[in-house]
Order: sequence, then C-alpha cells, then structure tokens
Amino acid sequence: MRFAICSYGAGNTRSVQLAFERLGLRADVVDDGDEILAADLAVLPGVGSAGSAMAGLRQRGLDEALRERATAERPILGICLGLQLALDKTEEDGGVEGLGLVPGRAVRLQTTRVPRIGWAPLDGGGETYWYAHSFVAETPAATATSEGLTAIVEHGSFTGVQFHPEKSGPVGARFLAARCLFLA
Amino acid sequence: MPLPRLIPCLDVARGRVVKGVRFEQLRDVGDPVELGAAYSDAGADELVFLDISATLNAQNAAVGVAARVAENVSIPFTFGGGIRSVDDARAVLEAGADKVSVNSAALARPQLVGELAERLGTQAVVVAIDAAGDRVRSHAATRDAERGVLEWAKECEERGAGELLVTSIDRDGTQSGYDLELLERIRDVVSLPIVASGGAGNARHVADALRVADAALLASILHADPARLASLRTELSDLGIPVRGAA
Repeated sequence: MRFAICSYGAGNTRSVQLAFERLGLRADVVDDGDEILAADLAVLPGVGSAGSAMAGLRQRGLDEALRERATAERPILGICLGLQLALDKTEEDGGVEGLGLVPGRAVRLQTTRVPRIGWAPLDGGGETYWYAHSFVAETPAATATSEGLTAIVEHGSFTGVQFHPEKSGPVGARFLAARCLFLA
Repeated sequence: MPLPRLIPCLDVARGRVVKGVRFEQLRDVGDPVELGAAYSDAGADELVFLDISATLNAQNAAVGVAARVAENVSIPFTFGGGIRSVDDARAVLEAGADKVSVNSAALARPQLVGELAERLGTQAVVVAIDAAGDRVRSHAATRDAERGVLEWAKECEERGAGELLVTSIDRDGTQSGYDLELLERIRDVVSLPIVASGGAGNARHVADALRVADAALLASILHADPARLASLRTELSDLGIPVRGAA
C-alpha cells in the first residue's frame, strides 16, 4: 500500500510521517502531482496560514492533482488546515479560495480563547483528540463535532479532521490505523 | 474550552535533561526522550523542552533533541531556548516540534513574533514572559526588559503570538503557589491561551491556576518523576479539575 503525504511548505509532514511509521506503515513525503495521484491514500497535512498554504499547493501543481483524485473518488485525508483548504473558501488572510473538494467555508473561531489549543472530546461521548486552530469549517459535510465545532468532515472520497491524530497519542494512532487502512 | 492542560517542563543542556537551582549546580537527571516518553505515558497533555545551554552549538543540539523526541513521543511539544530567527524555529518544527517558545529574542526584536507567526502559523508561536511584579525580565530573568507585563502581553497578541507562557519570577522555585492575580490580569487583556508557570508546590496550587489559565507548566513539583505526574492528575481530578482520561 502506498501512502503519500503532500509536501507544500506548510505542513508538519515529519510528524505525520512518524505517526505512520509508528503504525508500521511507510508514507512518502512528496511534492509531485503524479505521485499524489498514484498513491492509495493521499494525506494533506497542514499547519500555518491558509494563504501561503494554497500558494504552496498551486506552485507545485498539487491543487490540480488533489482535485483529480477527488473526481476519481480516490481517498484523501486532510488534517487541520488540510481540512480547511479542501473547502470552497476560507475567511483567513482576507479570504482565500480553497480546493473546492468539499462544500463550505472556514470561518474564524468565536470561542473565548483563540487559537483553540488543547485536548477536547468529540461530542456525544467520542474520543479525545488534540486541536490547535483559529478557524473552523462550516460545512454540511460535517459528521462529528467537538464543543459544537466541526471535527470530522466526510464528503465523497475526502475525509477531513480538524484535530491532529498524529499528535493525539495512542488515541490518535488508533484513529489513523482504522481510517487509513479503511480508506486505502 | 478544551480540557485544562498539564505540561511538564524539561530543562535541557547539551542534549541531556538537567535540574538546577537558578541555572547553577546543574545535575543530569536523564535523557529527554526517555523522560518525555515517560511523562507522555503518565498522562502529560503536552511537553515543553527548554534548552538552557548557552553554547554556540545549542541550536544544532536543539534540532537533534527535537528530532529524537518527535520519533518517540506522539503528543505535542514545544521547544524553547536559543531561537532567534525564522530559520531557527523552522528547523525545530521541521524536526517534529509543534511550537517554539521565544523570550529574550522577542524582547530584543519584537518583529520576530510577527515573522514567526506569518511564516510558521500563529499556533506555533509561544511567547514566554518572565514577570517580576509588573515588569518583564529578560535573559533568564537577569535583566529588566523595560516593559510592563500587560503592555507586552497585548503587543505579543497583536504581533501574532498563539500562546503566552507566563512565569512569575517572584514565585518561581518558592512552591508557594502560582501568581493568580498576575494570571488574571493578563487573561483579561488578551484572548490568547495562557500557560501558568512558577510557584507550584502542591495539587491545590495547580488546580487554582487551572481555574484562571488554560494550562499549567510543571517543573520542580514533578521532581523529574513521571509517577508524580500520574498522582497529581488523580489529585486534580479529586479537586474537580477535569483531566484527560487515561489513553
């Protein structure tokens, strides 16, 4: 099985790669559209700001590769900013067009403390994962929330998580193992 | 609000965890990876590694430690000490750290906070503020930074900091409790998450801090002993503080 982690200058790619390694899975960090298309699962990680992240994707032609994957219904996992980039647009950086893989937009958090940093359970008695974000997805494709905020998005072959499974200890590792083996 | 966080702080010098009183009489207390992993297993929510060695090679050593920690620990960690530029910060983040902490370098050149936020994301930028009374101290609290604490906290937020790590120098090492008034005053002027530091002597002190701040940094109270963290979590739970369930 081939896992490809998109490298575009805005991702914590090493942390994601290490999380796969801990599961005994090899994941390649790639910045080439063909390799993204060829993988069984493409992972779009992301930390930082949306504007420079989208520019980084476009510059490498990864935006087209990811759209092509989505059209072909091949699995993609977006993490944190990677989820938000998959939306139609985000309010961040004065408004940025997203990849448009998932209907909806990212809006600035209205919580008392921003960024929202820390561990929080999924609503309805779900697992507790680690979050670090200032924007949040508003989308009809949300399938799980945490404190009322979009935590998991599922749309076609795209799955997005607002939390960081790669930094959520054994609970995060279980999520990655279950989702990635299922998706790929 | 996410759950309150317990964050063990490990002082690192030349690639080893050290313990000492005010940077003197440093004693080797272990390997950062082993101790970090043990804290993670004992229920730490995040870790902070503070490189206190002042050698020219500190930056290379820091990247090496960050890389080894990332390979072996799957919870978030912050790296501080010796970070003076975007390149310094990027190197430890690319090695697998989640945040960098800056202190004297930001006081010397406040634009650094904005540069880090713009290039690496606001969530990755922690500004550590050492407070003595109303005044900010720099260079491991040895110098007056000629700034008021509240004014500096607000400026950090405006420049793009993602979190403030507030240490009361007056309380640090006294085990007489965190400076709750200081934490409350800072909390009221910024909307950033605040990590409380300095003065923890017992579980009640930590509980009091977590009712004001979003996280508590734990240093000497743990005695470099992960088992102490586990028992502290139980005590906090008994005091009504929601702690993260055992993984």
